[in-house]
Amino acid sequence: MVHLDVNGQSHELDIEPETPLLWVLRDELGLTGTKFGCGVAQCGACTVHVDGVATRSCQFTVAEAQGKTILTIEGLGAKQLHAVQRAWIEADAPQCGYCQSGQIMAAASLLAKNPSPSDADIDNEMTNICRCGTYPRMRAAVHRAAELAKL
Amino acid sequence: MNAPLTRRLFVTSGLTLAGGIAVGVFGSARAANGPQAGEPWSAETSGPVAGEINAFVVVEPDNAILVRIAKSEMGQGVTTSLAMIVAEELECDFAKVKVEYASAHRNVNEGAPYREMGTGGSSSVRGSRVLLQQAGASARARLIGAAAQRWGVDAANCVASAGEVRHEPSGRTARYGELAADAARISLRSEPDIKTPDRFELIGTRAARLDTPLKVNGEAKFGIDARLPNMVYAAVANCPVFGGRLRSYDESAIKSRRGFIAVVPVENGVAVVADRFWRAKEALAALPIQWDSGAGAGTNSEQFRADYRAALEGSLANAVDKGDAKGKFAEAAKVVEALYEAPHLAHAPMEPLNATAHWRPDRIDVWMGTQFPEDALKMAAKVGGVDPSKVYLHNCFLGGGFGRRAVNDELHQAVQVSKAVGKPVKLIWTREEDIQHDRYRPQAAMRLKAALGDDGMPKAFEFRTAVGSIMRSLGWGTAANGLEPMAVEGLANTPYRADALRVDAALKNTHVPVMFWRSVGSSQNAFAIESFIDEVAYAAGKDPLDYRRALLADRPDFLGVLDKLAAEGDWGKPMRAGSARGVAIHESFGTIVGEIAEVAVGKKGEIKVERVVACVDCGHVVNPLTVEMQIESGVMYGLTAALFGEITIRDGRVEQSNFHDYQIARMADAPVIETHFALSGGGKWGGIGEPGTPPIAPAIANAIFAATGKRIRSLPLKNASLGA
Repeated sequence: MVHLDVNGQSHELDIEPETPLLWVLRDELGLTGTKFGCGVAQCGACTVHVDGVATRSCQFTVAEAQGKTILTIEGLGAKQLHAVQRAWIEADAPQCGYCQSGQIMAAASLLAKNPSPSDADIDNEMTNICRCGTYPRMRAAVHRAAELAKL
Repeated sequence: MNAPLTRRLFVTSGLTLAGGIAVGVFGSARAANGPQAGEPWSAETSGPVAGEINAFVVVEPDNAILVRIAKSEMGQGVTTSLAMIVAEELECDFAKVKVEYASAHRNVNEGAPYREMGTGGSSSVRGSRVLLQQAGASARARLIGAAAQRWGVDAANCVASAGEVRHEPSGRTARYGELAADAARISLRSEPDIKTPDRFELIGTRAARLDTPLKVNGEAKFGIDARLPNMVYAAVANCPVFGGRLRSYDESAIKSRRGFIAVVPVENGVAVVADRFWRAKEALAALPIQWDSGAGAGTNSEQFRADYRAALEGSLANAVDKGDAKGKFAEAAKVVEALYEAPHLAHAPMEPLNATAHWRPDRIDVWMGTQFPEDALKMAAKVGGVDPSKVYLHNCFLGGGFGRRAVNDELHQAVQVSKAVGKPVKLIWTREEDIQHDRYRPQAAMRLKAALGDDGMPKAFEFRTAVGSIMRSLGWGTAANGLEPMAVEGLANTPYRADALRVDAALKNTHVPVMFWRSVGSSQNAFAIESFIDEVAYAAGKDPLDYRRALLADRPDFLGVLDKLAAEGDWGKPMRAGSARGVAIHESFGTIVGEIAEVAVGKKGEIKVERVVACVDCGHVVNPLTVEMQIESGVMYGLTAALFGEITIRDGRVEQSNFHDYQIARMADAPVIETHFALSGGGKWGGIGEPGTPPIAPAIANAIFAATGKRIRSLPLKNASLGA
């Protein structure tokens, strides 16, 4: 059995330990906000927080996830929307929206360790792929989220 | 799409049109009545829906307005812009508007109340605006009629605004929610007039997108998120060489794996079915498969490149022959000639292709994101052997489309697998399957020539292209007379003035399937012609923007865009060493877009696009926010292709497999993008989903030339050596 702590809930799962966390979140737990994009940790659509750090869950096994605190997009704003989510809404950042859960988790992780990122910091840390080209709006939204988080 | 509006369409009462289908609401968390579920696929029910005034408009008892969206939301914002068009006429509070997808089942089986539901060709707004205005106006007139009937007054004395009808002489009012049931039974003698643009109040405003709140918390449901009781999963291997066939496989090698259910041969490949996707994918990787590679097995991109170049010298089909091009070239003071090349490109939408099918002998349900839900419905019916009246297509949010979701290869396979295993099946292509089994933007070679007079101005142009035929590749018929419009779009309709123009094309297909890729023929033709005009300008000793102005002197719409672009884009202002601006302007899908790219080229030849200024003439704008977003999106999509995009073939198969070798622009590659408007208005309504893409590649290449003196004529730019 694999024990997982996801969004504050404990789960006991009869699952192969080498299964990527992504597929357990989506197919076992029904947390479909975390997306499959490439399967090789290139695009970041599957980004979740593992002990607060943005992690690409398609290349992170449930065995590695055991004993750690997992936060997904569903948990990020469960009580009230996170500053990043509020900034994203203000900016109307998403287009198709498919990559946005991962982008938002990456941005939230960035702001947790760097509350006032520069454009260069954002370029370096926000490496997830968006095919709709929402980058300019996301960049502005990260700066806005940094402001909102300080209010 | 351009069929004239039947003015009777909304005259009959909603109840007689109904008997339709309610699909679940996925619309507005911004609506005052609170967030709706993010699922566009709640259970379909048959029979009339209370408060349905016509096929597009339902008024709920709490005064919420439900607008049905008959186009697919793939990021371009149609759920917002199309709802705005209806609400403009309905005179309701837009904050109370929510949206759901129109039912493809209803459209296929009940006389097409939504007309064509296909989403492509940048056509959603311009193709359905009049219909949607009429739907809103008609609903408003019937709400007024219901109120007048209730009060026993003349409808002419009643006005509708902000979601209520008011009888002016008495001051009586009624909310739309109270009137909806009666309004559904009102018949109109004639359709009310629709507003002319000068009377628009909501259209033209920067309304926030209705889908945004659902897309920041994981709530928005894409096809890949469908979950059904007893659902199983399928992973697919398509034949590695296009046109090849599955020869055999050894099921015994994977039968004992946990969760294994079946191996199912499918269209173009083989699927492994298991109780979880990961298990299906891993089992497929362990399945020994033999393929017959077929005739394409010995081919490669270098050979295609030589073939396309050679085709330019062979027999071509004539698309345009205006004036005496031959004579003008014979007497030219100077001839400029250049060859441009463009590679195959994959669409690579972020959501890998997938479809969930539930086949039963008497009914099929499908959940997916498709640009063409009616085609998908009919495909499921045909493949599954079930009458279309018993097939339900639950369209979802599309995780990107860009043309890839115009055909439904994944659905064909999903229906086959569901039928074979007798269960609902979610079939997913991995990214590797997506990159290696796309229907690609065709490879092309384009040779452009200009005959210049003594004044440096062109007397004649001769444009030749050799490119794959999309129609032939899709099996949608043979290209008539060896031509198809997309092969020469952007060339045949060039706005640049010359006494003579000749355009010829050689449609030449390989075994590599080709299709519509955001902006289609303009994606390669704009690169050629806008690079070429730049070259001609330099050959004439003129500034590239001034030269374009001179060639566009009789096109005030183009000049309006160019002049605003030059001003906003700081054309002619100094830049630091190693940086330069490039300009390009192109009309596609009825819209003119000019772009200036500011590009820095580093000492080692590294290219950084720092700023892009765009100027747009799409005639009218429904929502400047979504238009700006589409320009940004079109620029980034084209920028990725210009810098990195290249699908190459070796031994008949695609060499690239995932984002490590099919590189996509990331945040660090993204320039500042500014969008400006130079709207010509009048009767012009241009598309917006694609026209931002064509100018960016030539604008960047032209900037690189201005910065380095090196002219790049073959995409992608990453292959050029620009280092010192």
